[in-house]
Amino acid sequence: MKEPVISIRHVNFRYPEQTQYALKDISLDVAKGEWLAIVGHNGSGKSTLAKMLNGLHYPEEGQVTICGFSLKEEFVWEVRKRLGMVFQNPDNQFVGTTVQDDVAFGLENNGVPHEVMTARVKNSLQRVGMLDFLNQEPHHLSGGQKQRVAIAGVIALQPDIILLDEATSMLDPRGREEVLSTVRQLKEEQDLTVISITHDLEEASRADRIIVLNEGTVYREGTPEEIFQLNEELIGLGLDVPFPVKLSRVLRLEDFKIVSNHLTEEELVRELWTSNFKK
Amino acid sequence: MMEKMIFGRYLPLQSAVHQLDPRAKLLFIFGFVIVVFLANNALSYAVLAAFTFVLIYLSKINIRFLFAGLKPVIWLIAFTFLLHIFLTKEGDLLVEVGFLKVYEGGVRQGAFISLRFLLLIFVTSLLTLTTSPISITDGLESLLNPFKKLKLPVHELALMMSISLRFIPTLMDETDKIMKAQMARGADFSSGPIKDRIKAVVPLLIPLFVSAFKRAEELAVAMEARGYRGGEGRTKYRLLHWKWKDTVALSLLFVLAAVLWRLRS
Amino acid sequence: MDIQLQEVEYRYAAGTPFERLAIQHVSFAIPEGAFLAVIGHTGSGKSTIIQHLNALLQPTKGKVIIGDRVISAGKKEKNLKAVRKKVGIVFQFPEHQLFEETVEKDISYGPMNFGVPEEEAKRRAQKLIRQVGLSEEVLQKSPFDLSGGQMRRVAIAGVLAMEPDVLVLDEPTAGLDPRGRKEIMDMFYDLHQKRGLSTVLVTHSMEDAALYADEMVIMHKGKVYKQGKPRELFSQPDELAGLGLSVPDVVRFQHRFEALSGIQLTKTCLTIDELAEELSHAKKRGGLS
Repeated sequence: MKEPVISIRHVNFRYPEQTQYALKDISLDVAKGEWLAIVGHNGSGKSTLAKMLNGLHYPEEGQVTICGFSLKEEFVWEVRKRLGMVFQNPDNQFVGTTVQDDVAFGLENNGVPHEVMTARVKNSLQRVGMLDFLNQEPHHLSGGQKQRVAIAGVIALQPDIILLDEATSMLDPRGREEVLSTVRQLKEEQDLTVISITHDLEEASRADRIIVLNEGTVYREGTPEEIFQLNEELIGLGLDVPFPVKLSRVLRLEDFKIVSNHLTEEELVRELWTSNFKK
Repeated sequence: MMEKMIFGRYLPLQSAVHQLDPRAKLLFIFGFVIVVFLANNALSYAVLAAFTFVLIYLSKINIRFLFAGLKPVIWLIAFTFLLHIFLTKEGDLLVEVGFLKVYEGGVRQGAFISLRFLLLIFVTSLLTLTTSPISITDGLESLLNPFKKLKLPVHELALMMSISLRFIPTLMDETDKIMKAQMARGADFSSGPIKDRIKAVVPLLIPLFVSAFKRAEELAVAMEARGYRGGEGRTKYRLLHWKWKDTVALSLLFVLAAVLWRLRS
Repeated sequence: MDIQLQEVEYRYAAGTPFERLAIQHVSFAIPEGAFLAVIGHTGSGKSTIIQHLNALLQPTKGKVIIGDRVISAGKKEKNLKAVRKKVGIVFQFPEHQLFEETVEKDISYGPMNFGVPEEEAKRRAQKLIRQVGLSEEVLQKSPFDLSGGQMRRVAIAGVLAMEPDVLVLDEPTAGLDPRGRKEIMDMFYDLHQKRGLSTVLVTHSMEDAALYADEMVIMHKGKVYKQGKPRELFSQPDELAGLGLSVPDVVRFQHRFEALSGIQLTKTCLTIDELAEELSHAKKRGGLS
């Protein structure tokens, strides 16, 4: 594994005035340039974890280190410069009255000089494909477009890590696709680390690694192939599995020969054909 | 319903008026409100009206649009007019209907006051029609900057204003949605006795407040995550540039004041 | 009760500089007992159509026939409550409409507006809270103390409590996790099956449309693009792709398989089980030849 950009060690966390732990003894590392998906049903602790990574909560016990900074109040602004966050509701994170003002908001906060700012706003918007919307007001944009603007606002600050906290869950299929392909493209262009908190299978199966959270603990960890093999177990946790996994299971019950665990339809179609029909 | 509101809307066009610095426009309006009171006879009002219509012409805003925007205040103007007609007792008696007497001075006063009102509305509408709300905010922030020394939270006020502006359309949409959802559950917002109507608003207001608070909370979190920690050390994306045209525009106001001063009786 | 839309057109802010055409020439019927899915992109006019089904919007052209009421363009309509009682709408994110002090009161709000006595409304609340998968203790809680998923269920109960003849659902499962999604859709389907409740489902999920609907309307740019049985409409995946819409995973998989193998299955399959069965048949046929 490459050097970790995030390391979490034995973290416990409770919300104020709660006895129940929202996070229990969580330990995990995130490698530079990795795409990590964190999945879990509502209330599994995934959003709490996301907020902690951005210093919106601090661990009660344990250690969180992000890009070499220990997560403490004195370093929180350094952490926020390096880890940008995209939230769930497209409307409630759009601060500016127009697209360009919104992208500039984070830059203004960090005291970036004006000339640098104009260049970065344009550049970021171009990279998410929203340059033509410079002066648009948020209520004229679709959900997917608003989320792309939010992403532009994040990358304008040139962070090392981008964290998507259920960023696609309120979008329609088209918006979801827009956002995911934008993130994938950005990740390829530069060595960005992506953490996506999600219950969208599409999103999770594109990750390099998946962590399943349940009741505040790390339930399982592995590649998408490994995780989705759990099939029934995941469904029991209130999660879903990708279509090829579901279909493979039923086909096997019908005496079809399906040896490997496929995550893509292409692979499954091919094996179905070659091992069962082709002579 | 709300889409028909014209007063307070911004129409993005390219015109000499649109391109002026918002500070120049704000100062201009401020001055105009005072200068208007210099006019006190037919000739000076004519000059004032002509001046206003030249401004409208320069702004490329369709005059019909401005008149349409008058609708919400037309009754106010009519009321002022009538009030003057019936209450001023100067000059020759024109008509007498029962106890109501209309004097020539009343008609003149009424006409002047209504015209003054009309021109003020035109010019202020022109400000909002030709200046985006965010520019107005920037202009105000910049003009108020000297008051920072007096501990006036200028940056915070400007931020509050711009966030409100950004969320007005969102909350309007939301109001519409909640209203429809409650109407689908049998709520009636538009008929029945006034007491029932006030009660009917509760199912609209509570969800609206709940959602506004939730939005505020989420927005605060998002702002913090994006590095917002007050006005200290912030740079500005939007910079204002005072150009010679702005100086010219303001000087025009002085010329107008001088002419009106000369013409007034 | 049947609903019919005839040549319906709707313009927002008609007669102002901000006028916008939302739908035009929309005609289709929702016969009693039907389960109709309306699909299409955001902005294709789906939400506008929904609001015509209980006269929240009045067409700017054409007419909507709801049972024995005719809502047509240009006429001043009175007593729309009678219509709204018969057509219940679960809007997107319905939890935003909750406002009462207790869940019980909120569920009773709709029925009491339509003149149902308090006792009866409470009785309905008790029955429905279980039906939507919550326990009776919830009834005395404030809706604002519940989780998002629970709030959604309470809001749905509030619409069901009106005991409508037609139930309209606008993306009822948006934002829920997979388990919640399935539970809620199964509940609606159950209602439809057991009580013959006419149901209109507006959705982005082609899976749900395939699974539950017996009739489907595809909206595109404010017009009805096509109407038919899900099985027919989904058998043309290329046509749907042309509109930027997808087909259910099962259908896409079947087409991939057919393209690769050259084998034609006898029908377009809508569920995994159907597909597995068809594939088995094909395998046997292949084995014989």
